This record gives sequence, structure tokens and C-alpha cells, in this order.
Amino acid sequence: MRYDRRYRTLDKYRFIAGFLALPLAFYALFVISPFIQAIYYSFTDWSGGPVANFIGFDNFTKMWNDERFWDSLEVSVILAVVAPLITLVLGMFFAYMITSGGRHRKGQAIAGVAGSSFYKVVYFFPQVLSVAIIAVVWGRVFNTNSGLINGGLDKVGFDGPAWLGGDRSLALIAVMIVLSWSFVGFYVVLFSAAMGAIPRDIYEAALLDGAGRGRTFFSVTLPLIWDTVRTGWIYMGIQALDSFAIVLVMVPEHVLKVTPVFLYERFRDGQYGYATSIGVVLLVLSMAFSLIVMRIGNRDRIEY
Amino acid sequence: MTTTTAPRAESADTSRREGDSASGATLNVFSHAFLVLWVVLAAGPLIWVALTALRPSVEILSDPMGWPTSFHWENFTNAWTEASIGQYAINSVIILAGSLTGTMLLGSMAAYVIARFTFPGNRFIFMLFAGGMMFPVILALVPLFAVMENFGLLDTRPGLMIAYIAYSLPFTVFFLTSFFRTLPTGVQEAAMVDGASHTRTFFQIMLPMAKPGLVSIGIFNFLGQWNQYLLPLLLNNEEESRYVLPQGLATLAVSQGYRGDWGALFAGLTIAMLPVLVVYAVFQRQVQAGLTAGALK
Repeated sequence: MRYDRRYRTLDKYRFIAGFLALPLAFYALFVISPFIQAIYYSFTDWSGGPVANFIGFDNFTKMWNDERFWDSLEVSVILAVVAPLITLVLGMFFAYMITSGGRHRKGQAIAGVAGSSFYKVVYFFPQVLSVAIIAVVWGRVFNTNSGLINGGLDKVGFDGPAWLGGDRSLALIAVMIVLSWSFVGFYVVLFSAAMGAIPRDIYEAALLDGAGRGRTFFSVTLPLIWDTVRTGWIYMGIQALDSFAIVLVMVPEHVLKVTPVFLYERFRDGQYGYATSIGVVLLVLSMAFSLIVMRIGNRDRIEY
Repeated sequence: MTTTTAPRAESADTSRREGDSASGATLNVFSHAFLVLWVVLAAGPLIWVALTALRPSVEILSDPMGWPTSFHWENFTNAWTEASIGQYAINSVIILAGSLTGTMLLGSMAAYVIARFTFPGNRFIFMLFAGGMMFPVILALVPLFAVMENFGLLDTRPGLMIAYIAYSLPFTVFFLTSFFRTLPTGVQEAAMVDGASHTRTFFQIMLPMAKPGLVSIGIFNFLGQWNQYLLPLLLNNEEESRYVLPQGLATLAVSQGYRGDWGALFAGLTIAMLPVLVVYAVFQRQVQAGLTAGALK
């Protein structure tokens, strides 16, 4: 009996070790170790060779004095602040239309629109496409001479601007549009799921109290889905800070750079140490962003 | 709803109800108008790409808004053979066959052990995996490149597969751990009593039971890995014939500027988008659930 028990324990641990060995090895080697090394290399002058000298905070002071870094950071921060605002507002608007814009029978407080699942399916299209492909498509849409937008402006007698080729603020607007375009559908699905979970009788009570649609939205719906909005806000902000592929592929003339693209170019130049220190700053920024949103978005949780 | 029988101000109540259902109809038209507008905006650029793929390159340049007058299917054959879209697609399929199998196998093995067994370090290993979801991949960019180079895995197919697997593990393990926890313990115990080994129990009993969860996370990983851009750009950038689909198209978009075969580029984009949209249309419920769960992890 004792032997049997000991054998079974041994057998169990052998199984556990066997099943965990490969996943853990892959994960430790290719995910954990690069993350840890990144912190170390950000304090070195590593340029890809065998030697990496520890240089303290030199990379960070270099970054502080690097105008191109500040330029890229400005773009990234603008994107991280403005893109979530546009995207979340549009997402909430459409989600509210879908969950409560329907024709409703007498006495029914709220009804979804007909064909709501059709809308959600189509809106979600951009989410399932590769960002690189979205960037190529929109690069064509914004193309100065043969793009969809300038082609349309041409038809009504306007000369469209060079969206991605010249002016920095025009390129920024273009990137913002693409970023919001590709995420709105995601938030429509997310928010309509959250709105769908709100019990009907709360709406009925609001209706009995004489609240209109707008009032109902701001006094009932929004407070009840606030947790989802906050998470969505953080997620969208980090996506905007990360918008690497869209900018790299869509704005090849490089009138506009976000910090990840700036990082990638330093890596391409062989400035490995400097590039990783930019990565560390990006990590700190996204964590700070999450904390700030958590703080300012903190409200009492409503249970229902 | 029996509220209309409420004694207070019955006439006022019903009249407001009528007014309200009328405004419901107006609102209905109003909301459909906005919703349809976004349908046009969301699908418009994609439909434009598909339509333009059927037009000759010269016409695309002179009149970007035009309709296809005759169908130029040769754009598709040009894209497939001359612009190497066929090669890129095959590369993507090969990489995905390896990486998706690996992700599902390793992910479910780790998740099963974490979810169903008590052992020292269990919680720590779970947190280790889950923690990986918080860090941006771009932070690991440079050291990952060096690690891959040291192992001789740079610009190789197994190397890219391993990278896809490793970076898909955090969310896969996280998702499947919570899924395995919800499965009943009785069946597992019965299998053990009947003398099945742990491994056998896993493959023959637990995996089939976890099928709904495996399907969800499988589609999630399929889309994520099929759409990868940053990892191939970093780890698979040496030889153009080895590019995966999004990477190849992005390169093509830049080089087409010099060669001018726009028809092939639009055809290539259509070829790249269509299978993903079809998979999505079939599994839309799981995809939407999976991706939104991914955001709310």
C-alpha cells in the first residue's frame, strides 16, 4: 500500500514535469528571457556584437536629447489620447443604436434593431484582417493620385491633398482614421454584449420615470457598463501606442513616426542598446497610461 | 407588462406610450441610417479593393473610383504567380500548420496540468504564463532577434513557428486553464480507477471534453498567427521567397510603386483577405467571443 502510494505520487510528478517541460522551455527561452535581457541591454552600448558595455543611463540621456525621439513620442501620445476617444464614442454610439434603437412594441421598454447580428458581423471585419494588410489597403485609399478618397474629391471638383506624402498633421489624421476604423467594430461587439447584459426592468423603471433615450443612456447604460468602458479605454490606448505596422507600412515616406517605428529604425541601424532602452520607456509609458486611466476612471462598482 | 393598469394618471400614461412608440419608429429609422452608414464605411474600402482587382492597372490610375468594365481575371493569375502571392500563401500555410498544432498541443498540455493538479509552484507557473500577456512584444524585439540568431533559428521556418508558439502561449494557457477547471472531475477519476495513465486520460478523455474551448482558442490563434506581421518582419526578413502573406503584400505595396502593376496588388490583397473573412463568417460567434475575451483578460 505504501509502495503503491509513493509510486502514484512519483507517477504524478513525472507526468506533470513531462507535460510542463516543453511549453515552459519555449516560453522561458523565447519570451521571458528576451524581456529580462531587454531591461539589461537598455543600460548597455550593445550594437549586435559579442561585447556589450554597461553604460548606465547614457541611452536614456541620449533619448532625452534626441529630437526625433520626442517627435515620435508626441505622435504616439496624441494617438493614444485621441484615437481611444473617437473609437470608444463611436463604438458606444453604434452599440447603443443596436441594442436600443429598435422599434418597440407598446409597453416594451427597449428593443434591439432588426439585423443586429448582421451589423456586428460587418463591423467586425477589420478586426480579423492583418494590420499589415489594413495598412496596405488604406495606403491605397489615401493615395494622392489614384486613391479612393482623392478620387472621390476629384469627382466633386476638389483637389485632394497628399495625405501620406507631405504634411505631418494630415498623415496623423489619416493614421488616426485607420486606427479608429479598425477598432470601432470591436468595441461595438464588446459594448453591445455589456449592454445586453443589463436587465430589462432597469430600463422599464427608467421609462416609467419619464427618462428619454439620451437620459437613459447617460444615467443608466453608461454607469452600468463603466467597467467595460474603462478596460476598453486602456486596451485601445495601448493599441494606439503600439501602432507599429500601420505607420510603418501606410506612411512609407516617413513624414510621420510613432515611437515603435523609431525603435525599429534604431534596431535596423544596429543601435541595439539604444533600441531596447526605447522599448523600456514604451513599457513604462503603457503601464503609466493604464494606471492613469484606472485612477481617473475609478468609480464605485454598481452591482446588478 | 401590467403597468398600464396602474391607477395614477392612466390617460396621460397611455398617451405618452403612444407618443413613445411613434418616436420608437422614428428612432428606428434614424438608427438604421447611422448603422448602414458605418456598414458602408467598414466594408467600403474592402469592396473597393475587390472591385479594383478586376480592373486593368492603367484604368486604376486614371480613375480610381471607376467600376470594372470588363473582368480582368489575369490580375489574379499575375498576383499568384508573378507577384509571388502564391508562394507567400504557401509559406503562410506551412508556418501555420506547424505553429498552430504546436500552440494547441503545448498550450493545452500546460493548461491541463496547471488546472487539474496540485503541486508546488502551480500558482507561480500560472502567473508566469499569464504575466506574458501584459508585455508589448516590441520590448522583446532586439533580444529575441539575438536569441534566435544564437540558436541558428533566424530566417528558418522552424524558428518562426517556435516564435509564434511561444508568443501565443500566454493567452492560450490562460484561456484553457480556466476552461479545464470548469470540466467535471468525476470522469477523470473514473478513468484513473479504470487504470488509464495520466497521459491517456488527457488525450482520450479530457481533450475531447474540452473541444468547445479548444475550438475558440484555436480560431483565435489561427487569426492571430495568420495575420502576424512584426515577428516575420523581425525573424524572417532575409529571403523574399520565404515571406509570409502580410509581409509579402506589404513589401509588394512598396515595390509596386516602381513597377506599376496595381491590378496584381489589388488582386493579391483580395486573395489575402478572402479566406480570413470566410473563416470569420463561418465562426463569427466564436471569433467575436474569443477576441473580446482576449481584450478583457
